[in-house]
Amino acid sequence: MATDSLSVTFSALADPTRRAILARLAGGPATVKELSAPFRISSPAVSKHLRVLERAGLITRGRRAQWRPCRLEAAPLRDVAEWAEGYRRFWEESHDRLDEYLRQLQRKEPDHVRDE
Amino acid sequence: MSEMNSVGETTITTPSDREVVMARTFEAPRALVWDAYTKPEHLRQWLLGPEGWTMPVCEVDLRPGGEWHFVWQRSGGDDLEMRGVYREIVPPERLVNTEAWGGDWPETENTVQLSEENGATTVTTTILYPSKEARDAAMATGMEDGAERSYGLLDEYLKTMG
Repeated sequence: MATDSLSVTFSALADPTRRAILARLAGGPATVKELSAPFRISSPAVSKHLRVLERAGLITRGRRAQWRPCRLEAAPLRDVAEWAEGYRRFWEESHDRLDEYLRQLQRKEPDHVRDE
Repeated sequence: MSEMNSVGETTITTPSDREVVMARTFEAPRALVWDAYTKPEHLRQWLLGPEGWTMPVCEVDLRPGGEWHFVWQRSGGDDLEMRGVYREIVPPERLVNTEAWGGDWPETENTVQLSEENGATTVTTTILYPSKEARDAAMATGMEDGAERSYGLLDEYLKTMG
């Protein structure tokens, strides 16, 4: 997983309106007008958010000029979910290893125990 | 609102909007745990994440303003790189440093606090994000406020993608 594309995804997700748009799209494709309805912000403002999401590969938009329905793209979100899970796992497994390593060190260097 | 979930014996909590806190207790004196967290020869032995990773770069310039730089490698996989600057060093109890993954990824400020009781040391790492949004995006947690109720949908969707 490339760290750079991941950070683009993260910065796209670091906005509550954009996350809400993605949540809405999780229920199925929608047009800009449909997406604007619940947000009390203008269609141009929603379009701006959509461009950020599109650049991050989180959504794709239909080719028909009139409607251009937006669709959620799974892959980058899966990367983020994997990353968040990976971060937790990284620390959990590192800590497990540290547990064992500290035990080894204390067997080898019992003097350390009296350091403080 | 604080939420708690135990991952193995490593506890992860979110005590404020911008923080993630990890805590873990080790059966070892504080001075030894401090060394394990600050010396490359020790870090390389344990800060490796899941099986199969190595840490070819582990540079530590342990002084205020000094830089640290870690690179991990996995056979057949991409490299993972992290770097930052040490802000505060109080051996063997407190270490403050910045952490960045590059790109647009928000830089965090991490505070590692070590406390010893009856020969066991608890390491509490507080990761401070620049905003709640950055914290939530990073941890991919659900939002608590009602305006984000539909986030649950996304959660469900993510599960179906697995």
